Amino acid sequence: MKKWNTLLLAALAGIGLSGVAAAQAINAAGATFPYPIYSRWFDAYHKAHPSIEINYQSIGSGGGITQLKAGTVDFAASDRPMTDEEIKECKYRPLHFPTVLGAVVIAYNLPSVKVDLKFDAQLIADIYMMKVKKWNDPEITKLNPGVKMPSTDILVIHRSEGSGTTFIFTDFLSKTVPEWKSKVGADQQPKWPGGLGEKGNEAVAGYVKQTEGAIGYVELAYVLQNHMQSGIVKNGAGHFVRPTIDTVTAAAAGAAKSMPADFRVSITDAPGADAYPISSFTWMLIPSTIPDANKKTAITGFLEWMLTEGQKIAPEAPLYYAPLPANVAAKEKAQIKLVK
Amino acid sequence: MAATAIAAGKSRKSRNLFVALRGGDEIAHLITLVFAASVFLVTVFLVWELWVHSAPSRHKFGLGFLTGTDWDPVQEIFGALPYIYGTVITSVLAMIVAIPLGVGAAVFLAELAPTGISNTCTFMVELLAAIPSVIYGLLALFTLVPLLRSYGEPFLKASLGFLPFFTGPSFGVGYLAAGLILAIMTLPYIISISREALLEVPRDQREAALALGATKWEATSQVVVPFARLGIFGSIFLALARALGETMAVTMVIGNDPSIHMSLLAPGHTIAAVIANEFAEASSAMQISALIEMGLVLFLITIIINALARLLVIATSRKGTAHAA
Amino acid sequence: MNRLRYRKFVNSVMLGMTGIFTVFTVAVLFLILGYLVYNGGKSVDWNFFTKLPAPPGETGGGMANAIVGSAIMVGLAALIGIPVGFLGGIYLAEFGGKTVGFAVRYTADLLNGVPSIVIGIFAWTVIVVPMKGFSALAGGFALSLMLIPIALRTTEQFLLNVPRSLREGALALGAPKWRVISSVVVPAASKGILTGMILGIARIAGETAPLLFTALGNQFWAHSLNEPTNSLPVVIYTHAIAPYDEWHRQAWAAGLVLLGMVLLTNVAARWILARGITVQKG
Repeated sequence: MKKWNTLLLAALAGIGLSGVAAAQAINAAGATFPYPIYSRWFDAYHKAHPSIEINYQSIGSGGGITQLKAGTVDFAASDRPMTDEEIKECKYRPLHFPTVLGAVVIAYNLPSVKVDLKFDAQLIADIYMMKVKKWNDPEITKLNPGVKMPSTDILVIHRSEGSGTTFIFTDFLSKTVPEWKSKVGADQQPKWPGGLGEKGNEAVAGYVKQTEGAIGYVELAYVLQNHMQSGIVKNGAGHFVRPTIDTVTAAAAGAAKSMPADFRVSITDAPGADAYPISSFTWMLIPSTIPDANKKTAITGFLEWMLTEGQKIAPEAPLYYAPLPANVAAKEKAQIKLVK
Repeated sequence: MAATAIAAGKSRKSRNLFVALRGGDEIAHLITLVFAASVFLVTVFLVWELWVHSAPSRHKFGLGFLTGTDWDPVQEIFGALPYIYGTVITSVLAMIVAIPLGVGAAVFLAELAPTGISNTCTFMVELLAAIPSVIYGLLALFTLVPLLRSYGEPFLKASLGFLPFFTGPSFGVGYLAAGLILAIMTLPYIISISREALLEVPRDQREAALALGATKWEATSQVVVPFARLGIFGSIFLALARALGETMAVTMVIGNDPSIHMSLLAPGHTIAAVIANEFAEASSAMQISALIEMGLVLFLITIIINALARLLVIATSRKGTAHAA
Repeated sequence: MNRLRYRKFVNSVMLGMTGIFTVFTVAVLFLILGYLVYNGGKSVDWNFFTKLPAPPGETGGGMANAIVGSAIMVGLAALIGIPVGFLGGIYLAEFGGKTVGFAVRYTADLLNGVPSIVIGIFAWTVIVVPMKGFSALAGGFALSLMLIPIALRTTEQFLLNVPRSLREGALALGAPKWRVISSVVVPAASKGILTGMILGIARIAGETAPLLFTALGNQFWAHSLNEPTNSLPVVIYTHAIAPYDEWHRQAWAAGLVLLGMVLLTNVAARWILARGITVQKG
């Protein structure tokens, strides 16, 4: 008898839940880098179109691409472009849609230091190669004269899983520091010389926020939403640049002019006096063929919204993602038509 | 004649079977057998799936998988040693802390405490065993880790820093944090089972020792505990098996660093933690295969430890904790 | 100090230490409860039980879908695990042949010892991959695998505890074996079996690892059993490691709710067993 009761309850629960307004559910997964803006977008879009629910799981760029290849999600998100091999492994060729521009920020936790610390690529590389071990190391004080640095250990934090944010970070270091390029290289999950691994931008930010002496690389929105300290980084032109909407947009200026047709491009270490050197596009990876007509309509509808309304939301506080350059957005609108 | 005899025999047999089936007993037997067999089948299927899906990794790396130290998804080179090391170290550390605490508490509850207190305390200790792993992780993250980072680890470095086990920056997370939270999680098993083993020691053993002039402690430590040692060892192995397979609490405090470190203050990784971290986003079939192979390794380790535990506990109950007096 | 005084001193010290160890262990339980009640109590509100998760940085969200998701998956697991364990246990206790009985018991123990993350892997290969998607079905299946050995062993154990005289009396009255089992033996053991089942369900309700890559997660309501589904243990994990204070609040609240359910279930089950409330065969 108990068995029948349970069965009945389960059936009712299933029916009851499915009765919720014949909603169109879309499953997506991927990067943690743009998660703050994506969750805001999907929430706003759902309020505007209550029958469309886009469930986004922030498991990392590597995870998004893997699930897209496996066919378990309707679309994915990544901070690094897919390689040709990865594209071949997908059932339907994925199209890259840049969504916003973001900045990878050097976040740290030093309550006694009241100013923003200056970093350059060599210093960041040396810290992550475990050569610079204490906060009062001469390499740091040289760049930050007059700042009283504590003698505590530097606790290095990186990502524990395949991460697009890591790719952007290591891509920047590989372009600017030859030793990094040969020893570690640019990848979503390199062999880290040392330090702690945390899962997702969320956990890196979480750990740095709670741990004095910690340093990590996270997207700007996490730093701003959680009132964390961040560094000023020297760019290719020799200027120390803060990560802001303007400096990130400046980094994209060159790429905006010469954007390739498939939108796969890297803008780290971009030229320009005001360019923030660790900037990047982040992409939504949409299959070029979506068999389910309802899903296709929902997804293409969202993409159009994203390129117009979504771009207005991106730079709002405390998100501060830079919107796409106008000509890039226009090209993408044309690409939407390619989704069948 | 023969034909009709055979025909008659056949119909009688089938009639008997039919009657037996309609009788209900055979149906009950059949149904329950099917369900019981399904348990057997699903377990066999599980082991088989693990074996099959780990094949690419097993063939590529062979036994070198267990000794390899590189975990490189880019180059598709996978070695399990740092994870095996981390799993073993954190579990051993947990046992070092939990065994004296657990056996000591069991001694108190079995020998010293009045029955009422003993039963109440045991009940509360058993509730500790019911707390989900993720809640231990949640608590460890916000209480144990900051305590270790600000006080515990600096203290250890200051006092014992000359030993290679206590060097390096104070992350708060790492082998030490994982070992400590595992100790707390496995304590209830040691206490509960050891207490039962101690309670089963016959009274005359204690009384004989006391009659010879031993203090209560001497009687307990030199007579009662050795008498119950099989059961106590059984509880330790059971706790060890639990510690080895523990996932969530460890993932949250181990630091996720796939290297081998001597210092307990350093971050590390365990088999369960890396599977939890990387499985959903493994980028290549070889990586998934390697992760599944590690799941297989972990499973084999826990099978062995569990088997030992069962043997010891069975030996205890069957022989009645006996050894020749 | 003479020998006797020394021995007495050691006696007091060592016995005192065992007492301290016990106090420490019990204190840990109270610390855990206290911490959760304090931090969780501050954070649990009506929103928590009724609202869906809000984007990071915004307040006012809740974990309604995680609570329901957990309930659904535990329910699924019970739907599969309880019949299998119960009927299998009846086989072992009442009909069991030597070889089959040994094989089933051994593999059930094996299954019981499988680390929960490995159970997750199995459910992934068997359900997620062929069905090309994460789902509550996969999560419920994984949890059922953890429930089956518990249900099996509990049923067998309590059935074996029923005195032979009860069985023989019924058989003497002419009842067929299956009738004896269903009308006499099972009801006599029902209290213990029920307790065991409840404890098993409480155990799987708190499991996280098997759900990580089977049910994944969902900000919205899952509309069918075939979609990714949120669950309490998983949201505790993802929210605890994040930097947002609001998320930490939610994690504490979820932790309190989960722990409360698990502990209350445990206490209730043991109370049933101890007090001897007989359950009518329903």
